[in-house]
Amino acid sequence: MTRKRRRLWIVLACGLSLGVAATLSLLALSPGMELFVLPADLAQRTPTPGRVFRLGGLVQAGSVQKTLIGREPAVSFRVTDGKASIPVTYVGILPDLFREGQGVVTLGEVQPDGSFRASEVLAKHDETYMPKDVAEALKRNGLWNPAAGPPPPASTWNTLNARQLDTKQTGQTGKAGG
Amino acid sequence: MIPELGHFALALAVVFATAQAVLPLWGAARGDARLMAAAPALALGQLLALATAFAALIWSNVVSDFSVLNVVQNSQSLKPLLFKITGTWGNHEGSILLWCLILSLCGGAVAAFGGGLPSALRARVIGVLGATSAGFVLFALTESNPFLRVWPPPMEGQGMNPLLEDPGLAIHPPILYAGYVGFAIPFAFAVAALLEGRIDAAWGRWVRPWTLASWCFLTGGIALGSWWAYYDLGWGGYWFWDPTENASLLPWLTGTALLHSAIVVEKREALKLWTVLLAIATFSLSLSGTFMVRSGILNSVHSFANDPARGVFILALLALVIGSALLLFALRAPVMTATGLFAPLSREGALVLNNILLCSIAAVVFTGTTYPLFAELLAGAKISVGAPFFNATVLPLALPLFAAMSVGPVLSWKRAVLGPALLRLWWAALAALAVGLISSLHARLLPALAFAAAAWLVFGAAAEIIERVRLFRIPLADSLVRARSLPRAVFGSAIAHAGMGVTIAGIAGMSLAVHTIVALHPGQSTELAGYRWTLTDIHDAQGPNYVARVATILVSRDGRPVVTMTPSRRSYPLQQQSTTDTAIHTNLLFDLYAVLGEERDGAAVLRLHVNPLAPWIWLGGLVMALGGGVSLSDRRLRVGAPRRAPAAGLKPA
Repeated sequence: MTRKRRRLWIVLACGLSLGVAATLSLLALSPGMELFVLPADLAQRTPTPGRVFRLGGLVQAGSVQKTLIGREPAVSFRVTDGKASIPVTYVGILPDLFREGQGVVTLGEVQPDGSFRASEVLAKHDETYMPKDVAEALKRNGLWNPAAGPPPPASTWNTLNARQLDTKQTGQTGKAGG
Repeated sequence: MIPELGHFALALAVVFATAQAVLPLWGAARGDARLMAAAPALALGQLLALATAFAALIWSNVVSDFSVLNVVQNSQSLKPLLFKITGTWGNHEGSILLWCLILSLCGGAVAAFGGGLPSALRARVIGVLGATSAGFVLFALTESNPFLRVWPPPMEGQGMNPLLEDPGLAIHPPILYAGYVGFAIPFAFAVAALLEGRIDAAWGRWVRPWTLASWCFLTGGIALGSWWAYYDLGWGGYWFWDPTENASLLPWLTGTALLHSAIVVEKREALKLWTVLLAIATFSLSLSGTFMVRSGILNSVHSFANDPARGVFILALLALVIGSALLLFALRAPVMTATGLFAPLSREGALVLNNILLCSIAAVVFTGTTYPLFAELLAGAKISVGAPFFNATVLPLALPLFAAMSVGPVLSWKRAVLGPALLRLWWAALAALAVGLISSLHARLLPALAFAAAAWLVFGAAAEIIERVRLFRIPLADSLVRARSLPRAVFGSAIAHAGMGVTIAGIAGMSLAVHTIVALHPGQSTELAGYRWTLTDIHDAQGPNYVARVATILVSRDGRPVVTMTPSRRSYPLQQQSTTDTAIHTNLLFDLYAVLGEERDGAAVLRLHVNPLAPWIWLGGLVMALGGGVSLSDRRLRVGAPRRAPAAGLKPA
């Protein structure tokens, strides 16, 4: 076994393994990828049915309805980014941090009737932590200008509903909630 | 007063760390023995300063000193004492200080136990640790100072995130951090070797125990973290392929590869450059993992302490540490020549295969974790990469790794013949086949394959030991004598490999888990997996700083009561937050798992799970860490041994 042969073996094994890894990644990346959308994006164009993605925004205040279908606990609520709001249905236990007016990310697919059926609901993890996606939504809707300082505390935006979000867009910066 | 003392000690630590970086490295470069001899004292000084700072922070938390901003933001006077102490590292500033303390512990450990190292190498290792430490302690002092005062002090603090008020969190971060930061020592050895331009078998022998110790901590830390997610978050899962979790998995993967390639350096003086590169990569991944997640660059549902404002300092620091190490590698690598010849089919070859597969897995996990970041930076697309991606890429690469894991240890060094080696494993292969066939009757293909792999690893590890002591072939007493003279490292690696098997069995079992979500009125019951779950009662209970809603569930099977479970929901008035307190009943073969959701029209929403083999996941992790510990106790591996005559006076602990 010469040095060259040994090196050839190692290079071959590396190439094979990394090649398999790259192929697997490329094959799995497109079905494993979950696009993050805002309600406004959904309102503009309907995605392919059966495609799983993440819908993020704020839980519209006053929209949460908890019902029982037989013995199954069902929840419906609307997710809003201030421009549009999408009805979401979910069967299961909501996370501890799920609140009206607070940031939420839901994972699921669009139903034929335009509503969103969530298989997973993620809420933000603590008071000071704002999901990046929700921060984006706030910025996009003019609720937070990063140049002007840190993001507004949750208490100022977590009680807003979609209509208030709209009026906010006109440029008022008065404090809300508390 | 005490916080000022801590503040001062932190500033002092920066001075010590800077001196620890400059003097020994300068001394080693000039061959000045006096400067090199200053290294251990400086490292111990830095350790003492940081220990004082950390103790001061714990003190401020324990006495609820609300004139300290950090305590105000993360504590409250009603919190139980245990959580006042553990809350010290449950927030950004405290966790960074803990991180720095553990890094200085590494320097202290090399100073205390590195007596057998050549003085120049020891000075360089301590110097490199000091340089790394200086950057991060400076970060703690300037950007995330836990001792800042607030005036006037509020009457009451804002309280800690109730999710973190858990005994699991008391031990999880320190152990995980010990794992992360421990890889600073192999990193420092690698950089020191590059500075010296020399790597030999002795270097491999010195690096291995430190790598092994950090690996044990990291393994234990990941297992604990996964267990915490399982019982505390109440989602019924144990691994979410979340950036935080991936950040700990990546250094574990490359650290495992490092552990194995260091064996080849020690035994055969081959793979030297590769091992150096792995040591640099592992610590770089630890660093970027901790800080990328902490700085919020990678979006994660888990991160509890992040702040984008600090990101720039951290990014610059990471670029400096990782960049300069890689630059040094690029400059020095061509000087060092490769030695050691071996056939592809040999113990070395198997270890190379282990490295290739582990690094491929690390590469796909890295791709999946950072892809959203790059997709957003380059294309402006906001995406997440979910569990399906990781399952589809990691499993196909892991299966050949598992297959090779049992074969590798029975191959001989330098050149091996596959036939006789496989013959020794025939009964392990038969057992794996049987387990696979039996489980394929009950499970889908992938879990059945995983069960077979688990059996292959456990029985393969047993077969290796049995083969080595020639059990049943020579009299039992002779076997025992052989077992006693076997190096502990052999037992250690067999235990660790078997532990991996136990974990895989647990993961495969969890894929067969069943659950139901149901709303029950008191007195009603439901069926799941042959068990009858009856909600008997739901009532209120008062805790120290929370009120709880407690459900009582009677679980019975065939009319016989099995267990009474009491899942609850706690609501913390101060933080205006609620948490779920999961009820878990385990008999080590499966878990009964119950979560109480909200109540609707007098009915309690319950999520009930039956999780087969769930405890094995973490049990396997502990067995792996134990295997590492057994290996670490091997006399050959003890730090500094065997050593040269001059340092014989000092005996390592």
